[in-house]
Formats: sequence, structure tokens, C-alpha cells
Amino acid sequence: MKSLAELAAIRDKMKAQVNIREENTENAIRVVVGMATCGIAAGARPVLNAFVEETAKRNLDNVMVTQTGCIGVCRLEPIVEITLPGEEKVTYVKMTPEKVAKVVADHIVNKKVVTEYTIGAAE
Amino acid sequence: MYRAHILVCGGTGCTSSGSPAIIDELNKELKAQGLEEEVKVVQTGCFGLCALGPIMIVYPEGAFYSRVELSDIPEIVSEHIVKGRIVERLLYSETVTEAGIKSLNETDFYKKQLRVALRNCGVINPENIDEYIGFGGYQALGKVLTEMTPQEVIDVIKESGLRGRGGGGFPTGLKWQFTANAESDQKYVACNADEGDPGAFMDRSVLEGDPHAVIEAMAIAGYAVGASQGYVYIRAEYPIAVQRLQIAIDQAREYGLLGKNIFEKGFDFDIEIRLGAGAFVCGEETALITSIEGNRGEPRPRPPFPAVKGLFGKPTLLNNVETYANITQIILNGPQWFANMGTEKSKGTKVFALGGKIKNTGLVEIPMGTTLREVIYDIGGGIPDGKKFKAAQTGGPSGGCIPADLIDIKIDYDNLLSIGSMMGSGGLIVMDEETCMVDIAKFFLEFTVEESCGKCTPCRVGTKRLLELLEKVTNGNGTLEDIDKMEALCHHIKSSSLCGLGQSAPNPVLSTLKYFRDEYVAHVVDKKCPAGVCKNLVQFKITDKCIGCTLCARNCPVNAISGEVKNMHTIDATKCIKCGVCMDKCKFKAIIKE
Ligand SMILES: Cc1cc2nc3c(=O)[nH]c(=O)nc-3n(C[C@H](O)[C@H](O)[C@H](O)COP(=O)(O)O)c2cc1C
Ligand code: SF4
Ligand code: SF4
Repeated sequence: MKSLAELAAIRDKMKAQVNIREENTENAIRVVVGMATCGIAAGARPVLNAFVEETAKRNLDNVMVTQTGCIGVCRLEPIVEITLPGEEKVTYVKMTPEKVAKVVADHIVNKKVVTEYTIGAAE
Repeated sequence: MYRAHILVCGGTGCTSSGSPAIIDELNKELKAQGLEEEVKVVQTGCFGLCALGPIMIVYPEGAFYSRVELSDIPEIVSEHIVKGRIVERLLYSETVTEAGIKSLNETDFYKKQLRVALRNCGVINPENIDEYIGFGGYQALGKVLTEMTPQEVIDVIKESGLRGRGGGGFPTGLKWQFTANAESDQKYVACNADEGDPGAFMDRSVLEGDPHAVIEAMAIAGYAVGASQGYVYIRAEYPIAVQRLQIAIDQAREYGLLGKNIFEKGFDFDIEIRLGAGAFVCGEETALITSIEGNRGEPRPRPPFPAVKGLFGKPTLLNNVETYANITQIILNGPQWFANMGTEKSKGTKVFALGGKIKNTGLVEIPMGTTLREVIYDIGGGIPDGKKFKAAQTGGPSGGCIPADLIDIKIDYDNLLSIGSMMGSGGLIVMDEETCMVDIAKFFLEFTVEESCGKCTPCRVGTKRLLELLEKVTNGNGTLEDIDKMEALCHHIKSSSLCGLGQSAPNPVLSTLKYFRDEYVAHVVDKKCPAGVCKNLVQFKITDKCIGCTLCARNCPVNAISGEVKNMHTIDATKCIKCGVCMDKCKFKAIIKE
């Protein structure tokens, strides 16, 4: 390493990887993936990982991607709940890794709910 | 990218309670479930709550599991990691609320703490330099080398008000200035990681949890004072710390953060480790220097001070591990940030190793000026078994006790000195009503007698004579005259010993005499040990509550108890070895100690 720029490059690369350990729960955007047996069977794991990859790729370090148990509507799994700070939670159903990119871009980055994937549209 | 990180404490405490096996089991289990690409297991330094080890924390949820056992691992993986269901029975009970789990920083143990020196302990993997850099590591060295002159660095440290954390509390900036001012072709920077105070493990934890913080600070110090070589003097009894420090030094060299021409600014600096054999006196600065030079670790008179004539006769800057651990933060956040914490003359924070009769034994870092009450009751969780707080000892064998009626003292260098104790390096031992203060003084004196290097008579012979007097008192053979003799001897030892070991060795006796003289008097006049500790002065007796169940007689290891079934039993005082077994066993509380 010869310059501060090289040091900064390592720092930025690592920051994306370690900021999962920072506890900024209050202002964080929360993405919760239902991961009970039904969710896993329906393919929740690839969805969870897609959220992790997609938010990291865009350097969205205020997003906390976590999982929970059964959300309760098994036939609509994989289910994902997204909560922006100070707003009502939005529930997406029958998620796939392909849908994740759009949800991240529209909802998390541009704050526009992707209505057609939500539970309201499915019911 | 990993979607979850499992941080497992790899400090000495949790390592001995089995954390390495837990890490292996976690990795095995994750692999079995095909999760090794999704979940990362990180071995960190000490979290502080050593009483609850082995400890782990799972992010992003921040779930804090305590007392984890090998057999819990499959459940943690299949429930928490796979299904997202936190394993509640393993959560640290303080973090469990009705609304779910709360952040660790909100718990009583952490709420009043402020982590500066320990900021990365329990957060990063100490064996991975990239993680240290990810949390801002080596930015301070970069800043110093590219933007500041050596004098500017020294001025910042001076302005911060930082004082040495090794015990003496000497202003760090001033020490740097003296070393910088000394003219020489060669200078050295040294780090004191001897940590000989019994019960102390602050420095070990910093080196185990965040070794790069010390390396980076030593390089900064080298730049400030004009030294190109550093030494870390650490006791060989700290194998994990030694190993992680060596890994960190190797990684820093590989990245060019140690070595020649760092950041291409023409500054060279490298560090070597020197192992000590674990003698308390080798923590004294001149003995430490003699020991690094390869000689027997004995103190020599000062002046000359190490800043003028230290290692190999060259000007040497010596600071303590924790002192160094503050440096990078002062450089990055500015001296004012640091000076805003603490009291008028003691700035910043101090790490303490909490031990003795306290619920949350472990490692804590508090702002200077926190009261002893807050440390014991809020952070430490109070005294176990509903016992009463009697006193706390700070400064180990060189320090003194703080009695219960001074519990609201604000902890800083000057307040502790003014009541006859001292900050010391950070051991804090809590004592309850069942502790005999004469016995405590004896414990510390046994230690100093053992550790005196023997070079000068007042310390070598004086401490031995003092210990004999103390033994006389605890054996019940002491007189009031002996107490006066002890006091006089203490002052002689203090005023005529060569080094700090001898000069401070009588402190535990003097301070217990100051605050608990009545206990000494009880030993010599009433021939009683009020706390019931000194064996020669206690008697076990069976009272008429005894129903003759024979349980005590069957459990006495020396058959000192006799009596017929259903009749009151008696203890033969000449046979009794005062082990206390009978008293613990008796279901009718018929046996008393007086
Ligand atoms: C008997 C004795 C033992 C000491 N042990 C230590 C020790 O284990 N660690 C330490 O940092 N300082 C110890 N010191 C204090 C050192 O002599 C020295 O003051 C200190 O390392 C300076 O660093 P600081 O200014 O950063 O505190 C000891 C002093 C004496 C007299
Ligand atoms: S005071 Fe004690 S430890 Fe210090 S030089 Fe004298 S004998 Fe050695
Ligand atoms: S104190 Fe111990 S030795 Fe003494 S009578 Fe009780 S059990 Fe026996």
C-alpha cells in the first residue's frame, strides 16, 4: 500500500461488508423475509440473499435485511415486509429473486411502492 | 456478501470456556445446511461480559446469546439462521423485553459505558487487518503522515489531556515532548503490556481484540518523537494476545503500514515483540527496559528518565497499551472531542477489570468521573446473594481500598489519590461484608513479598517483616503495639524503596488501617475476626436448634463432631479445621460461626 487512496479503497469495500454489525435500527429501512418452513419451501432463501446482494451492490448501508418466522399467509410465500422509517409497513407476496431488483430500485431507493407485487394486489 | 454475521467472543475468558469449539461447530453446522456462503462466523475480542461466556452475537438482528454450549449450536443454526426465529432461551435476559429484543447498548451493563479504547473489541476480527481498516483503521496514521508535522501531533496529544493509563497518570503529550526534544541518532518507542496487577486483564483484552489499534498508535508515536523502531513488552502468559499481535504486525508489514517509507512519506517504522517472564517488577519502566535489553529485570534509579536515556542508552518513549489505544481516536476526532469527556484533570475514559463479589464480572470502560456506585450497581449489577457492599480495591497491590461510605466518589486520578487509593492500571475488586480487610491487606502483601526483586533492603526485608506482623494479627497473636509498629514500618518502606513497587507496597495496609482500623483492633484486642474469615479467630458451634440429625457429623472431614442420634451434637474445637462444611450442610441453621 502506497497511498491514502488505496487505504480508502479497502475501507470502502470493507465498510459495505461490516456495516451489518452497526446498530442503526431506528433510521434503518427494514426488509424482513418470512423464513418459516413454508417460506423456505416456496423459495424464500434465494429472495433473502437477493436482497442482501442488491442492497450491497447499491451501497445502501441504511438497509437492514433480516428474517422472521412464519408471517401467516402460507399460500402467498415467499413474503417480504418492507418498512421505511416512520411509515407503514408494506407487504410483498410471492416474491422471486427477479422481482427483488425492481423492489429495491423503486421502493427502497425511489420510495415508490411496487403495488402490483403487494398483498393488496394478490388478494 | 454475507446476509448474517455471527460474532463469537475469542477473548481469553470465553476461549477457556470453550468458544473455539463453538466456532468449529458453527462452521460445521452451517456447512451441513449449505449456508457457508451466506453466513459468516467471526472470532472477535472480548465483549466485556465475561461472567456470561461463551458469548455470541448474531447480526443483523443483534441477538446476544450468552452461556452458549456446544449442544445449542444446531438449534441456533436451524432456528435462527435458517428460519429467522431467535432462540429466546439463550438470549441474555437483560436484552429480552415484552416488545422483543433490545439492543445490547440499552442494557444496564453497557448503557453507562463509553467505548473508546475498547471500541473494536467484540466488533472486529482482530486477525483481519481489512476489518480494522473497514472501521477506520490506519486513517489516523495516514492523516498524521500526510497532513501534520511531528510537533503538531504532540500538540494534539497535549491538548487532549490524555494521561498515562499504566498507573501513574503522567501527561502523555508531555512525555512525547520530552522524548522528541532529546537529541540522538536513534530513539525507540515501547509499549508496556506487562500487566502484572493480579486480577487485571484490560491490556490483554485490547491486544486480543484490537491489536492494530496499538500498532497504529505506536507508529504515530514513532513519527512524533522521531523513532523508527518499536518494542512491545508482553508477558509470555498471554499466548492469545501474543499470537494475535504477531499476526497483526505481519499483516501491517505486508500492507506496507509498517516498514520502510510508509505512505511514501519517508517515514520508517517497525515493531518487534519481546516476551517477559511475568514478574510484576518488570512492569516498572526501568526494569522493563533492562529486561528488553536482555538483562535481569531490575529497576535502576531515575533520573535519567527513559525519555532521555532508555533502551540501549537511547531516548525511549514508554506508554501503556490502553494509553496507545486512545491515540488514533484523538487524532481522528480532535483533542477537544477527547477533552470533553471526563473530569477537569482526568480526560477521556478508563477501562476496568471488574472482579470479586459482583454480579457482572468482566471488562468495562467508563468515562472518567463516573461514580463507584454507578460502576458497582448499574454496570456491575450489584453484589450477589443480597450481601452488603463493604469496600472496593483499586490499583491492586499498589493501591488501596474505597470504603462503602465513599461509594459516591467520582472515579478519576486525583480523587482516588486524595482518599489514599489510586487509579492503577484498572483492576477493580469488589468486596462484600464477608471479606476481612486485614486478610485482604495480607493477600496483597504476600504478592509484593513474592514479587519484590530484592535489590533494595527496605522493600526486600521491610515487606517481609510487614507481612509477618499481619500474620501475627490474623493468627490472633497481635497486640495494639504491633499495629503501631506496622504503621511506622509502612512509612519507612514507602520513603526509602528504590522503585514504585516498594514505594507503593504498603498502600493496601495503610488504607485498610485508615478506614478499617476497628477491624484490626478487633483482631488483636477481642481476638475476633468480624467477617469470620481468619481461621484462628473463628469458632464453629452447635446451638440448641440442633435436632440430632447427624448430617453434620457424617460430613465433617476430620470427624470433629460427636453426638447421639436425636440428641444435640458438639464440635471438638481441638480437632476442627474450620472448613465450614457442617454449617453449609445443616438444614436447621443450628451451626454458627463466631
Ligand atoms: C511495580 C510496578 C509495576 C508496573 N506495572 C505496569 C504494568 O504492568 N503496565 C503498565 O503499563 N505500567 C506499569 N507500571 C507503570 C510503568 O512504570 C510506567 O509508568 C508506564 O508503563 C508508563 O506508561 P503510561 O504513561 O502510558 O501509563 C508499573 C510500575 C511499577 C512501579
Ligand atoms: S523497591 Fe523492591 S522491587 Fe523496587 S528495586 Fe527495591 S527491592 Fe526491587
Ligand atoms: S467446620 Fe469443618 S472441621 Fe469443623 S466441625 Fe464443621 S465440618 Fe468439622
